[in-house]
Amino acid sequence: MSARAIFKGVLRLADEKVPVKLYSAVTDRTVRFRLLHRRDKAPVEQILVNPESGKIVAYKEAQRAWANDEGDMVLLRKDELDNLKPQKSRDLTVQCFLPAGALDHRRYDRPYYLGPDDGGDAAWRALAAALARSGREGLVSWVMRDKHYLGALRLHQSVPMLVTLRYSEEIISQDALTPPIGRALDARELKMAAQLMDMLAAPFDPAQYQDDYRESVLAMLRRKAGGGRARKSMPAQRRRSETDLAQALQASLEGARRHG
Amino acid sequence: MAKRKAASSKARKTRKARDKSAPKTRAARQQAANDNNDTGTPQRPRPFWSGTLSFGLVSLPVGLYPAHRGSAVSLRMVDEAGQRLRRRYRCSRDGKLLERDDLIRGYETEDGKYITVEDEELEALAPKKSREIDLRQFVERDELDPAYFLRGYFLTPEEGAIKAYRLLARAMEEADRAGIATFVMRGHEYVIAIVAEGGILRAETLRFADTLRNPGDIGLPSPEKPRAKDIQRLQGAIKTLRAEAPDDAPLHNPNITAIESLAREKLKKNRDVLQTAPDDPSDEEEPGEAPPDLMAILKQSLAVTEPDSAPASTAPARENYANATRAHLYALAQERNLAGRSKMNRAELIAALHNAGH
Repeated sequence: MSARAIFKGVLRLADEKVPVKLYSAVTDRTVRFRLLHRRDKAPVEQILVNPESGKIVAYKEAQRAWANDEGDMVLLRKDELDNLKPQKSRDLTVQCFLPAGALDHRRYDRPYYLGPDDGGDAAWRALAAALARSGREGLVSWVMRDKHYLGALRLHQSVPMLVTLRYSEEIISQDALTPPIGRALDARELKMAAQLMDMLAAPFDPAQYQDDYRESVLAMLRRKAGGGRARKSMPAQRRRSETDLAQALQASLEGARRHG
Repeated sequence: MAKRKAASSKARKTRKARDKSAPKTRAARQQAANDNNDTGTPQRPRPFWSGTLSFGLVSLPVGLYPAHRGSAVSLRMVDEAGQRLRRRYRCSRDGKLLERDDLIRGYETEDGKYITVEDEELEALAPKKSREIDLRQFVERDELDPAYFLRGYFLTPEEGAIKAYRLLARAMEEADRAGIATFVMRGHEYVIAIVAEGGILRAETLRFADTLRNPGDIGLPSPEKPRAKDIQRLQGAIKTLRAEAPDDAPLHNPNITAIESLAREKLKKNRDVLQTAPDDPSDEEEPGEAPPDLMAILKQSLAVTEPDSAPASTAPARENYANATRAHLYALAQERNLAGRSKMNRAELIAALHNAGH
């Protein structure tokens, strides 16, 4: 299967240029549901309503307003917003190369493979090699679909990949949050927790996890489509709640040793 | 037992109330995210999911709250008179405006009919996984591949779980490990990584491997036999652009910055101003339509103290930390000679100070 590129551009690293094509690296396998009106099983639609008059307003007629925390509100007209749209460009500009792990996990959004565009094959192969040797991750900005994008340039299975990144505005900063506190943790309990983690240590291998649940949802839907009733499964047994943390850790360690 | 039952029925209600059955296209999802401010009546955010986090025989009840903000640009939808609009669901057949209880999920069959599914039926397919995150594997944190990352959630400890929560967070942080598990949330199964940062646990949902394409699926060759000369040129470029941390400015959405300055300019010139801030904000009525303050809930759920271990005298100290700047906390850490303090952020400094018994 050969896929269609969603964007063509030129990756710029300082004075170097690599002509590239972007390909989505994900396939959607989600079981999609629609929201229906419970009584007549008709799909619902989303509409906009003026809560005071009850009048319905079409999406394309709705206007946008900006508001701040102080309570000011300003109307922004469509042409004004259109004027703020970024200039179209083919450039994917690398801002900097960061050490691995410098970006918050929560920034990573959607991965795209970078393939070579016409005439860029040699540069693309060299890019993969140079990225591998640096061990670094590039921070890239570009404009696509009338929007500013930020991405992380990395390697995936030795092929250059661009993972779109979320902006700071989309992430809840942890700086303002205070962690739970209490008296100093017990050194013995900490040691047992560390030992238990050691025993459960494994390499990260995402391929070992399958979405079994997706299969059971589809199976249930097939059953229901065939007129059968959904089978009720037995409630799962609950784990005993351990009040004594040390005792629970000790028992876990013994259990892990027996099985490991 | 009764309490547990209550908790799980609450969780079910939460799912029912919040599930908006993912819109089909990315654009629609984005739209939905942008329009979040305009959804229905305000609700105090409840956990997206609540259940048990298990680690060996230790199990702790936790709640999951989003660690993301849905909206990148928080613009409100208004009508031509500047009146704020609300998003509602309407039946496509009888045109009635619907409340959340009037909705049910449906799966479209090939002949255009719908098979309806109750949340309880989805939960009953995997009752254990719907209620428990069972950490059976721990990986090196650095090994997690960002190509798999979906979304982040904060884990908050529920009653009686504070000590175990702190212990797990600290042990994971010290070992630089992430716990891996699978669980079911709102009708979907996820692989998640549990990571600890600054004494706070986060759950990060990951893609299943079969939803990530291989380069071969796209028809991409393996980038073999590059020329040494080309590699050198690109390595030179990478070296020129080396940085240890990103600048702050490029991490912000340029579009938001542009909208902000346009709006502020119009406000100053009094053009298209729909409403102005009251002179005395205390006179203002509580704005009933303000989006629920997730931040306040998070602060409240995380900044908890173990009941049996908080002598009254330490309470003021915690209050002080809540308002302390990083600089102040750093100074305290310096005084106490805490190792690694220069690399710690605010939350990490607070955790380190608390752990040192202050």
